[in-house]
Amino acid sequence: MHPVRKKRMITIAVILVILAAAIGLVMYALSQNINLFYSPTQIAQGEAPHNVTIRAGGMVVEGSVERHSETLDVAFSVTDYQHNVRIQYTGILPDLFREGQGIVAQGKLNENGVLIASEVLAKHDEEYMPPEVTDALEKAKAQ
Amino acid sequence: MNWTWFHKLGSPKWFYQWASNWGGRCVYLGLALLVIGIIWGLGFAPADYQQGNSFRIIYIHVPVAVLAQSCYLGMGIAGFVALVWQMKLAPVFIKSVAPVGAVMAFIALVSGAIWGKPTWGTWWVWDARLTSVLVLFLLYMGVIAIQNAIDDQVFADKAVAVVSLVGVINLPIIKYSVEWWNTLHQPATFKLTEKPSMPMEMWLPLLFSALGLYLFAAGLAMWRMQNEVLVRERKASWVKKEVLEHGV
Repeated sequence: MHPVRKKRMITIAVILVILAAAIGLVMYALSQNINLFYSPTQIAQGEAPHNVTIRAGGMVVEGSVERHSETLDVAFSVTDYQHNVRIQYTGILPDLFREGQGIVAQGKLNENGVLIASEVLAKHDEEYMPPEVTDALEKAKAQ
Repeated sequence: MNWTWFHKLGSPKWFYQWASNWGGRCVYLGLALLVIGIIWGLGFAPADYQQGNSFRIIYIHVPVAVLAQSCYLGMGIAGFVALVWQMKLAPVFIKSVAPVGAVMAFIALVSGAIWGKPTWGTWWVWDARLTSVLVLFLLYMGVIAIQNAIDDQVFADKAVAVVSLVGVINLPIIKYSVEWWNTLHQPATFKLTEKPSMPMEMWLPLLFSALGLYLFAAGLAMWRMQNEVLVRERKASWVKKEVLEHGV
């Protein structure tokens, strides 16, 4: 290769590597701020601050959803299969909210470690299936 | 290795004639595939067991999002070629593809927001995936703005090449954002090494619309590059001859 081009190539490569490393370090330092939510384990280990607005995410525990019969109050637990967090919320839940589904709730932790949520978002997973397939899967399971 | 194709590609005249043959074919074939894929996906593919019909946004959202990243990768490579080998066509490519990629990134953001409202319960969250795609869109805007703001074409090409090249760092961030951090956006359904988490009657229309969109955008890019070549080479004798013989 022509020496001038080679020199240019090396200069560009060095600049790119340094830039990538700098951006990588910044993102590593900010990783907790980039994370959209705390996992139940992080909350159980006391990493999440109390009385500050945070987000908590996890799977809704089967059978943990309690709805108040006259108001929109609802309480449920989310889990990452190691620890659970109890969440209280007043309002309309998204359509995809159901037991076993991932959700992200925004709110404040109280003294008892319960998250008083002001917003609940449903998290969708990467699995897609026609309804007939899930029906068939459930039938197979029942047999 | 034989590099003649690479040197040939650097010749605007050769490219112009090659693109005259292939640009139109790509656009029309791409449009046909795109229409088939979208009608198939929106009208005939089965609904999802959880999201119902709203999952159908995938037939638009995924192709445009992937294409938006591919366009930028292409611009990054062209930026590198422009800086090291100073080929004439590389800055032409960047200038022509940037608006196409910007539109794709914009459609990806908007279609994702429209899907997010019924599925997640919000139009927008500042999670890593959404934010990094917004950065991609802003990078496109930056490239277009720099190209238009600097009058000296040679200097503008150089500045744009640097931005294109440096912005490529954002692409792995977009790709791996859903794995490195907790995000609301779900991880990738399609991976190179694994079977897709989706049955064939769902991903086949997606393949059509993605392929169609790629071809359509490639043809569009060729047309735009042809125009740019004509403007830049307006003093060359082959352009005069071309215009006199075929018109523009």
